[in-house]
Amino acid sequence: MSALARPAAGTPQADAAWDRRRVFLANLRSVGGRAYPRVHGLFREPSWVLFEILLPFLTTSAFVFVYRALQAPPEYVGFVVLGGAMTAFWLNVIWMMAAQLYWEKDQGNLELYFASPVDMMSVLFGMAVGGLIMSSTRAAVVLAVGAVVYGVTFTVDQWGLLLLVFFLTLAALYGLGMMLSSLFVLWGREAWHLTQLLQEPVYFVSGLNFPVGRLGFLGALAVALIPLAVGLDAMRQLAFAGALGPTGTPPPEIEALILVGMAVTFTWMARVMLRILERLAREKGRLSARWR
Amino acid sequence: MSEPHLAPAIDVRGVQRVYQAKPKDVVALAGVDLRVEPGELFGLLGPNGAGKTTLIKILTTLLLPTAGTASVFGFDVAADAKRIRRIMNMVAGGEQSGYGILTVREQLWMFSQFYGLGRREGWRRVDELIEAVGLAEQRVQRVSELSTGQRQKMNLARGLLNDPWILFLDEPTLGLDVSAARTVRELVVEWRAAVPGRTVLLTTHYMAEADELCDRLAIVDRGRILAEGTPVELKRRVQRESVFRLELDRLAGGAAALAALPGVVRAATMSDGAGEVGRERQSVVVNLVLDDDAALGGVVGALGGLGARIVALQKSEPSLEDVFVELVGRGFDDEAVHHGERPGPPPATLAEMTHDTEEAEPLGSEVTR
Repeated sequence: MSALARPAAGTPQADAAWDRRRVFLANLRSVGGRAYPRVHGLFREPSWVLFEILLPFLTTSAFVFVYRALQAPPEYVGFVVLGGAMTAFWLNVIWMMAAQLYWEKDQGNLELYFASPVDMMSVLFGMAVGGLIMSSTRAAVVLAVGAVVYGVTFTVDQWGLLLLVFFLTLAALYGLGMMLSSLFVLWGREAWHLTQLLQEPVYFVSGLNFPVGRLGFLGALAVALIPLAVGLDAMRQLAFAGALGPTGTPPPEIEALILVGMAVTFTWMARVMLRILERLAREKGRLSARWR
Repeated sequence: MSEPHLAPAIDVRGVQRVYQAKPKDVVALAGVDLRVEPGELFGLLGPNGAGKTTLIKILTTLLLPTAGTASVFGFDVAADAKRIRRIMNMVAGGEQSGYGILTVREQLWMFSQFYGLGRREGWRRVDELIEAVGLAEQRVQRVSELSTGQRQKMNLARGLLNDPWILFLDEPTLGLDVSAARTVRELVVEWRAAVPGRTVLLTTHYMAEADELCDRLAIVDRGRILAEGTPVELKRRVQRESVFRLELDRLAGGAAALAALPGVVRAATMSDGAGEVGRERQSVVVNLVLDDDAALGGVVGALGGLGARIVALQKSEPSLEDVFVELVGRGFDDEAVHHGERPGPPPATLAEMTHDTEEAEPLGSEVTR
């Protein structure tokens, strides 16, 4: 039988009535569907080795040499390597999460996502999962190569807490990315500028290449507001136990709680923003009218 | 919600859509009423900016009407959007959706997941559709490497992934060459005919396409439906006279002799055989306008007396373009120029599909009674 001649399942009304299980499965599958292009697309362009591994590694190396020239404690090299690894996630969050829906709108994908029967949150989760897997590759390579080449020694007392903090950091980061993605669509053409505006300041106040506690009040503020700052600080405290001395920041257990709060808040906000976006899209034509 | 078994595929009542804009609001739809029955292939025909796409956006739940109500298979577009999304799909002309880095097969599979198809079921369905739309050779080709026609076939396959009950096609053959446009049209017709109740709402500004495909259609302009009916009904509206193209072996007295016959409004010689030396047969072609079809008998009877024998006789139908011009007072291209746009190239499909035989202006003299 031809694909076009498949027998109809029933009536339109019966086919429109999905039970909860079917709704759940459809949303679950859409997560995998949206993650697919990111996971499989990553390795399709050989240039990823250059852009995702070699260039970030050079940036990290520059700071390593600065610290060595200044004869800083050896743990600082570890801080930089860890920061370099986490950079991968931050770049992914702002360029491929926050700005992504805006680009999807330009391509015509966003309308198709909205017109599909699944929740847009599933599509965002799919983007996040795909981006996470994609960035993990880069992060792992930078961490491994950095550790070997520069002889970083990790002193971990609480592996469980370290892993927990790592995953909470990613949850909070990608929650932030999901929230920003709707905001960027609402702000329209300014998405590109917003992305650039966020990139460098967040690098700085997150202390990607130095302990954030050294920033004093600004560092404390960053720890309270930016998942990358708090996550990285907690991971440094856990991965180089005792090496930091007084950090001027909360202990990792408290920072883990801050991360939980951030992950929940950002994800909830992402859902709220999506609802607002969809409402405005339908009421004002924000997705449909080309000039908007 | 309407009674399910009684619900029309599309029911639009008094729908208005106004976009807030500066310096003044844009009225895209100014009170549209429309009813499409299950199983119909219904066309919205109108120039750019007529409101066709806005209506499709409302019916596909992407846009809310400013006033009025609209439902799809009994489900209200405002309140039951999720249900509508489960049984419909949409494809637009020139669509660039998806990700160029994926292969055709992967891209379609990705979209299948948004409709809840299981992993294996999705791959199987994708392979079936790739075969059906004729993309078997491109199945592992990257989307970014497809031609425009191949891309649109893939888009159509995407639109059929969830086996929708209603398919919204927004200018589906826009920019396609003759062959690709024909393939897309054939697929749409085949898909619709395969299962009773499958419905298609098609927007187009290619009149010949609407004429060929649609069971019924509405002519839309500036947010209003100006006329609705089958293509034949619509054309009959502007056909106040009967027009025939008459090919004769000879005609003594020329078109004037025919124009003098009872019931003949005009007769014009389109080709009198001059310059056809060397051909086996030299014929005379006359464009004949009659009061009504009944006058034809008298003309045919009188031809013997004029020493003429009929070689061919064809009734000329008005085109949908004639209907549009009659209703609106201008053609599609006039509208495009009015808005400062360049009129697009004539659709590649128009010449091959047109049934209109009135396109040729009379070459010779025209005699009016």
